Amino acid sequence: MSELLLELLSEEIPARMQSRAIEGLTGLLHDKLVAAQIPAESIRGYVTPRRLTVVAEGIPATQPDRTEERRGPRVGAPQSAIDGFLRSAGLAAATECESRDTERGEFYFAVVKRPGRPAREVLPELILGAIAELPWPKSMRYPASDLRWVRPLTSVLCLFDGEVLPLPLRRVPVGRTTRGHRFLAPGEICVTSAADYVERLREAHVVLDRDCRIEAIRQGLEEAIAAEGLSLKPDAALLDEVAGLVEFPVVLAGAIDADFMTLPPEVLTTAMRAHQKYFSCLGRDGTPAPRFLFVANNLASDGGKTIIAGNERVLKARLADARFFWAQDRRVPLETRVEALKDRMFHAKLGSVYDKTERIKALAYDLAQMLRQQIPEFTRRAAYLAKADLSTAMVGEFPELQGIMGRYYALHDGEDNSVANAIADHYRPLGPSDACPSAPVSIAVALADKIDSLVGFFAVGEKPSGSRDPFALRRAALGVIRLILENGLRLQLRNVFRQAASNFDPARYGLSDPSEELLAFLADRFKVHLREQGVRHDLIAAAFAQVGKVEDDLVRLWARVAALQRFLSWDDGANLLIAYRRASNIVAIEERKDGRAYDGPVNRALFRLSEEKMLNNRLEELSHLPQTTFWEREEFERVMTALASLRHPVDAFFDKVTVNTDEPKLRENRLRLLSGIRKTMNQVADFSQIEG
Amino acid sequence: MSPWARPPAAGQIARGRADYFNTKGGALSFQSLILDLQRFWADQGCVILQPYDIEVGAGTFHPATALHALGPEPWRAAYVQPSRRPADGRYGENPNRVQQHYQLQVILKPAPADGQDLYLASLAAIGIDARLHDIRFVEDDWESPTLGAWGLGWEVWLDGMEVSQFTYFQQVGGIECDPVSTELTYGLERLAMYVQGVESMFDLDYNGASGPARVTYGQVFKRAEREFSAYNFELADTARLVVHFADAETECRALVDRGLALPAYDQCLKASHLFNLLDARGAISVTERTAYILRVRALANACCAAWLAGPSSVE
Repeated sequence: MSELLLELLSEEIPARMQSRAIEGLTGLLHDKLVAAQIPAESIRGYVTPRRLTVVAEGIPATQPDRTEERRGPRVGAPQSAIDGFLRSAGLAAATECESRDTERGEFYFAVVKRPGRPAREVLPELILGAIAELPWPKSMRYPASDLRWVRPLTSVLCLFDGEVLPLPLRRVPVGRTTRGHRFLAPGEICVTSAADYVERLREAHVVLDRDCRIEAIRQGLEEAIAAEGLSLKPDAALLDEVAGLVEFPVVLAGAIDADFMTLPPEVLTTAMRAHQKYFSCLGRDGTPAPRFLFVANNLASDGGKTIIAGNERVLKARLADARFFWAQDRRVPLETRVEALKDRMFHAKLGSVYDKTERIKALAYDLAQMLRQQIPEFTRRAAYLAKADLSTAMVGEFPELQGIMGRYYALHDGEDNSVANAIADHYRPLGPSDACPSAPVSIAVALADKIDSLVGFFAVGEKPSGSRDPFALRRAALGVIRLILENGLRLQLRNVFRQAASNFDPARYGLSDPSEELLAFLADRFKVHLREQGVRHDLIAAAFAQVGKVEDDLVRLWARVAALQRFLSWDDGANLLIAYRRASNIVAIEERKDGRAYDGPVNRALFRLSEEKMLNNRLEELSHLPQTTFWEREEFERVMTALASLRHPVDAFFDKVTVNTDEPKLRENRLRLLSGIRKTMNQVADFSQIEG
Repeated sequence: MSPWARPPAAGQIARGRADYFNTKGGALSFQSLILDLQRFWADQGCVILQPYDIEVGAGTFHPATALHALGPEPWRAAYVQPSRRPADGRYGENPNRVQQHYQLQVILKPAPADGQDLYLASLAAIGIDARLHDIRFVEDDWESPTLGAWGLGWEVWLDGMEVSQFTYFQQVGGIECDPVSTELTYGLERLAMYVQGVESMFDLDYNGASGPARVTYGQVFKRAEREFSAYNFELADTARLVVHFADAETECRALVDRGLALPAYDQCLKASHLFNLLDARGAISVTERTAYILRVRALANACCAAWLAGPSSVE
């Protein structure tokens, strides 16, 4: 059992590509070792900004032997045919073959033993294959090698049981050497084994394990804030990114000039995070503290003084810019910036952002009225201003502050609070974990913005497909679903979509109404959403399938799914489901056999047993319940309870009544009765879709 | 023998890896910074060229980079190039933004294996000791839509400040670079502001003299910033610029047809700058903008093809 150590040392690998690269390389090597019948007992990958390293342990020293058997020509065939076969099998004489009787006569057989090759011989080609096959989001050519890589390869360290494996990589050196940290240990390091490699690198200020780097940074950050009685604004994504930018993390703290602390907290955080990758600190009261933390890749000889001073200067320049924008942007009212949206393209086929603003304004106002808002004018105003901050200098510099700046500027202009908040909120929810707006004005504008995008992009054929969703329409659809469900909005989406489509002037856009297609798309997203909430897929299917056309009231749909879920959790419900299946199976079988349907009315005169009568009475009592109580009054729970009461009469019927009697009239009547069970229950949901 | 007298040997690198720790003390003036960087790159076998005499948006557009990056001949050059970005002008009132700044541009073809070490050694040559600073290579891929060019590389951070671009050219004028070159671009004002510790570009010590002989960057360039900002944003005659653009385009095509790559490329550069002026004047709509970029790119592609079709560039 042997050990393979492979390190690809390169110039700096982009942080965002590192994790996938090492997973890919480790996976490729694993698969190739298995395919070559020399699987490793364990395999592990490490990644830093400059290296991809794989350690595979417990690789067999050789491949297992294989025996190959080949049938040759018939015994007694022309000599030329026999010679040809011997040559191809690598044998000298026919005596080295076996001759065997087969069904078709006596034939020569060559039995060739192929001894397994030593792993050492197999590995170089296998490793080169893995390196060549590793996909990068972007790769490049460079003079030293023919191999495309993310950035130039500096050297390759490749040891099998401590011996260098030769890999032909043109001018990229391959051997047992690597280098330590670029500044703290730049010399060459000679390595004898994987354990030695890890230890040498540790001494050379390279923390090989990404998780260890993350942990070291986390600890460093905590020590830094604890020293000053502050807390950290948690930011896992930034922590992860920063761990991909350093081989030897050193956490340092800098100060922010008090002058800048009057900037909105979001501006401070964004200016620090987006460009500089700094962590923000909070004071005891939860407000931003005038400190920032960052991670350097060097243990400087002056304890970091120069580095901190440099970073403070950079931040000062950035914040000075931000303060300038903050002052400049507030000189004119937000309202006057709407006009400039005419120059900002939304989409070539869907007009400018100004055009979109006009459409959102109309749709949001309609929604405000459908939702019976008290002051729909606020909604119209918020929609009109929603995109105006895109023309401000601050959002130009920090696009991630869209909406947030609009809110600040609107408040500065004296707009109503509900209007200002809606400007900030209308992009939300931004993802499954983001909070959903709940204020009426925000809800209407958020819905209008998303629905306008969905309708517009569907109408011009820009629908999501597979992993392609360039306009984030799946997210928009989920946003619409959550806004409706979490706020219990009773909307007929079909009407809303038609309304939204009518805002695209046909003379200008010439679009067809995509409402039905969009509704189907939304239904799909809704199913995905419910599944993610842990709702059984068959219940969703049952609730969806019941209505002839796609249900467009999501609140009602959800309530039905929930009622169904509860119904099946009851004893009577679960048992009734079994009876339902039995009834519909019998009817289905007989209908198929007889080639006719048994869905006509039941004839009371033909009842012989009291169980028939009882079941029929119960079904008649229930017959109007679905239409009135269920669909009109929406008392789903009550109808479900009533349906559950079918259980006993149905069970009694099956106990006492023989359906397939010799009397055709009786048999038909009984089949109709069973069919009635199915009909009644299916008015509420398609119970045949439910499993288990 | 002074370094200037030493014959430059392309491809041969005299300095060792740890050299970027050998630094000298004292803040450099703007011009000393340039002189030291030029001397450093001359020692690495670069020919030291002068700025190209046509307005360009970046040092990359100088024919010594844009055209010489193509073809198989080895080539090493360094030069300072004023970069004109009409839309970035702020009438001399913003401490960090100007319509013209200086870049020091280095092109190394083929890309050497120790390009990063050379770059770090060049920082040491201007007093930036890697042991005291936090120097990072942060992903930044470069693309010039007007030049039909792209490459992969980094922006180099010095204690959190971007001071250089480091790019491996993959394509120029729509043509694959073979061999691949290394392109280094130093933002000279930024670097000098960092080295000198000043907050405004205009306060930079230009010549290192004291007393009445002292000259600041503002003394040299502030008036130019004011006047060119006024021209770029207010006074440039857009109707005439449109005509000039078309003229340059026609002339470029005619020269390409005659196989005169360099004069044709001059016209391409003029067209590119005229487009930048039109853009700064806000005279171009979003859709027109794309069309203009494609027109300049078509010219650049034609010039690059003509350059390669001609006699070997270094005779």
